[in-house]
Amino acid sequence: MANIDELKSVCSQVRRDIVRMVAGAASGHPGGSLGCVEYFVALYFDQMNHKPESFNMDGKGEDIFFLSNGHISPVWYSTLARRGYFPIAELESFRKLNSRLQGHPATKEHLEGIRMASGSLGQGLSAAIGAAITKKLNNEDSIVYCLHGDGEIQEGQIWEAAMYAGSNGIDNLIATIDYNGKQIDGSTDEVLSLGNIKSKWEAFNWKVLEMDGNDMASVLSVLSEARSLTGNGKPIMIVMKTEMGQGVDYMMGTHKWHGVAPNQEQLALALDQLDETLGDY
Amino acid sequence: MIKDIEVLEEKDTRSGFGAGLHELGKENENVVALCADLTGSLKMDAFKEDFPDRFFQVGIAEANMIGIAAGMTIGGKIPFTGTFANFSTGRVYDQIRQSVAYSGKNVKICASHAGLTLGEDGATHQILEDIGLMKMLPGMTVICPCDYNQTKAATKAIAKYDGPVYLRFGRPKVPNFTPADTEFVIGKADVIQEGTDVSIIATGHLVWKAIEAAKILLENGISADVINIHTIKPLDEEAVLRSVKKTNCVVTCEEHQRHGGLGDSVAQVLSRFYPAPQEYVAVNDTFGESGQPSELMAKYGIDTENIIEAVNTVIARK
Repeated sequence: MANIDELKSVCSQVRRDIVRMVAGAASGHPGGSLGCVEYFVALYFDQMNHKPESFNMDGKGEDIFFLSNGHISPVWYSTLARRGYFPIAELESFRKLNSRLQGHPATKEHLEGIRMASGSLGQGLSAAIGAAITKKLNNEDSIVYCLHGDGEIQEGQIWEAAMYAGSNGIDNLIATIDYNGKQIDGSTDEVLSLGNIKSKWEAFNWKVLEMDGNDMASVLSVLSEARSLTGNGKPIMIVMKTEMGQGVDYMMGTHKWHGVAPNQEQLALALDQLDETLGDY
Repeated sequence: MIKDIEVLEEKDTRSGFGAGLHELGKENENVVALCADLTGSLKMDAFKEDFPDRFFQVGIAEANMIGIAAGMTIGGKIPFTGTFANFSTGRVYDQIRQSVAYSGKNVKICASHAGLTLGEDGATHQILEDIGLMKMLPGMTVICPCDYNQTKAATKAIAKYDGPVYLRFGRPKVPNFTPADTEFVIGKADVIQEGTDVSIIATGHLVWKAIEAAKILLENGISADVINIHTIKPLDEEAVLRSVKKTNCVVTCEEHQRHGGLGDSVAQVLSRFYPAPQEYVAVNDTFGESGQPSELMAKYGIDTENIIEAVNTVIARK
């Protein structure tokens, strides 16, 4: 397992990348991105068995990841670049013309690390199930990971996929819900209550774990536990409690920064709170 | 010549799909099939029986089926999804758009019971907009074969093509007239009969109607160039232009809305390169209804006599 302090140091830089990318484009989704940093860094710098230097679409013999809530692309792009999938300098092009870093992840521009477009919500769990089935057909013991927003599970397709995976024992799949309780129009309770998420997924025959998504030790431990539980006949869902905007004080405790970019002044305030550990792009 | 075309039997195009899929199962272990609770209707039973490990029953959940199929391509599988045309397109348009077309995934969306000839189930199931929906998606290949043999050949051909495909076929038994051993070339039109007075360009079930019309027209001294466009996208523009440059007028025939179908694709080619009078034999901006296929074809104006009428009209406009 990687050194926890080193991982935290990567997290700080990824957070800097996120706010700089979003401010640089004057658009994007900083809130959810900041909340999921520990999860991404733990996955790509510790948990996943993958080949950053030789990305290929099929990912045979590798663990693979799908981002279903594509709007938090900044955290994914930063993590991929920092892990060596593509040049760090390319982060500067986020959401700009002729960039491979589209507002929402895409495959058309051949950005290393991306295997499926996402943005229109609710589709990534089905894709992850499909990839997990193919791994079984190919006699691979690799794992498929996917991440979803909590608001995203209001989409019906998520429950079609939940029913399928639970009924068919797709047990090489570790899905995670970013449970920050916030979406564009307000709290998830105000918009459309998610009810008891844990019992809902358990009722669909999933093994459900819970973790504190902003505590690196908890993330590492729960992701490792999830990995150890694969191959037992059930898909795994991690309900990951996070704080939207984590790490930037004025973005926390509100849904306001779901999809709003900080201006230059606000960016400076944010950067003051985040150590430059690996060098800005 | 058209008068020599022999009809040995009547068969449904969906059975051509089922037979092609079964052969693919034997020939290519990467071929997998998914179905949303319509295995019998899609004639996927033989594949399911002989390749149970590669057959995936997803239940009545078409959006999930398309998404799973897209994901299965990662690692080299070639998924064929099967359900009715309505549920293969309109119901799952966003899933196809994002997870299949935009993501460039090698998924074969196989759609039965297209159009009015689904019959008695009525308009909820009789999609007449699917060709338009699918051809608008960048990178999507759209295929609508005319009979059992051609559907079987098309099913096998699309497995060898790397990219998303929409394959449209139907429920009723129709004349099976194309030779069984004909190679299916995606994007290459079949010239069924050479003629000089009018081009009749048809797709799917309307190809046989076009042949019937051409026979009657010939008896009345009108020589029709009859072309089977089994691939609507990419369209064989060269075949269209070669024909219309000879005849100087065209009738397009399809079991689809007039808006957005084969006719519009042909019109686009002609308006750019060789403007010529065109008449549409297609459903004119309306939903269908319950009834027998033959009754519906007649009521909604996509029958043999409608083609003859359109030919007379378009020739008069030259």
